[in-house]
Amino acid sequence: MAEQQLPERQSPLEPEYHPGSHGNFEHGVDVILSETRPGSILQLAAWPGEEKRLIEIIRKVTGLALPDGAGGGVSNGTRAVFGFASGKFTVVDEAEGLAQAFAGSITPAIGTLTDLSHGRTAIRIAGPKAEWVMAKFFAIDFALPAFPLGAGRSTNHHDIFAQIQRSGADQFDIYVFRSFARSFWKALCHASEEVGYEVQ
Amino acid sequence: MLITCPYCGPRDVIEFTYQGDGNRERPQPASQDLDAWNAYVYDRLNPAGDHNEIWQHSGGCRAHLRVVRNTITHEILSTAFARGGHKSADNRAEGRS
Repeated sequence: MAEQQLPERQSPLEPEYHPGSHGNFEHGVDVILSETRPGSILQLAAWPGEEKRLIEIIRKVTGLALPDGAGGGVSNGTRAVFGFASGKFTVVDEAEGLAQAFAGSITPAIGTLTDLSHGRTAIRIAGPKAEWVMAKFFAIDFALPAFPLGAGRSTNHHDIFAQIQRSGADQFDIYVFRSFARSFWKALCHASEEVGYEVQ
Repeated sequence: MLITCPYCGPRDVIEFTYQGDGNRERPQPASQDLDAWNAYVYDRLNPAGDHNEIWQHSGGCRAHLRVVRNTITHEILSTAFARGGHKSADNRAEGRS
């Protein structure tokens, strides 16, 4: 198959994305905000009873072994996967084309694949005050024992759905609807002003 | 009020959507039994105490849940996936066919 020429992807955050330090940063920057711009964001769902087969397919295609338990996840720097609902997983890759890699493996008997690469925007918040800022938006427990490394959560802010993965001890990746991404980004910047933030 | 989702764990009630009385049993779509349809649409137990309810975790994993809630104290006594069969507060629903 000939290589498909994809149009250059533009960021929905562009008009509000201002690299540099902002807010109350005179005493230091306590959170760093960035857009990670992964090439592939997929949602995989297994029919009831087919979850283990889907987890095995994810392991074969991405090399990532999902841990047991609700909301379990793992990331290796370039790829990430986490459960966000019973039998449903979000899989992310820095490179484009992950949907094609899965296409032959996830048969209609096992489940479904939905390519959300153009439908979601990935925002990363990192730093010692990341939990503090996140807690302003989401009514969930961000403490490390309750929200372990690699784990994913489905929740919402102001009635708008979001998925969150803990990608570091003080770092979270937030997946929001692309159409709401700029609004969320502006709100995230406002919420970060008091601790001082840097946009990278 | 916190509802413990079987998948997501304890979450604030703002993440959930109430989907009605969990004691109702929908008649077969082809049924012409007007009494059964009338009961399905209008009859409610309205108990002062434990109540079977259907909720959806619409702001989380989006699963439909069977919840037993005390209507006086708002205590959540049990939660389970709706697809896993159901657990009744008063056995009324199990008695129907």
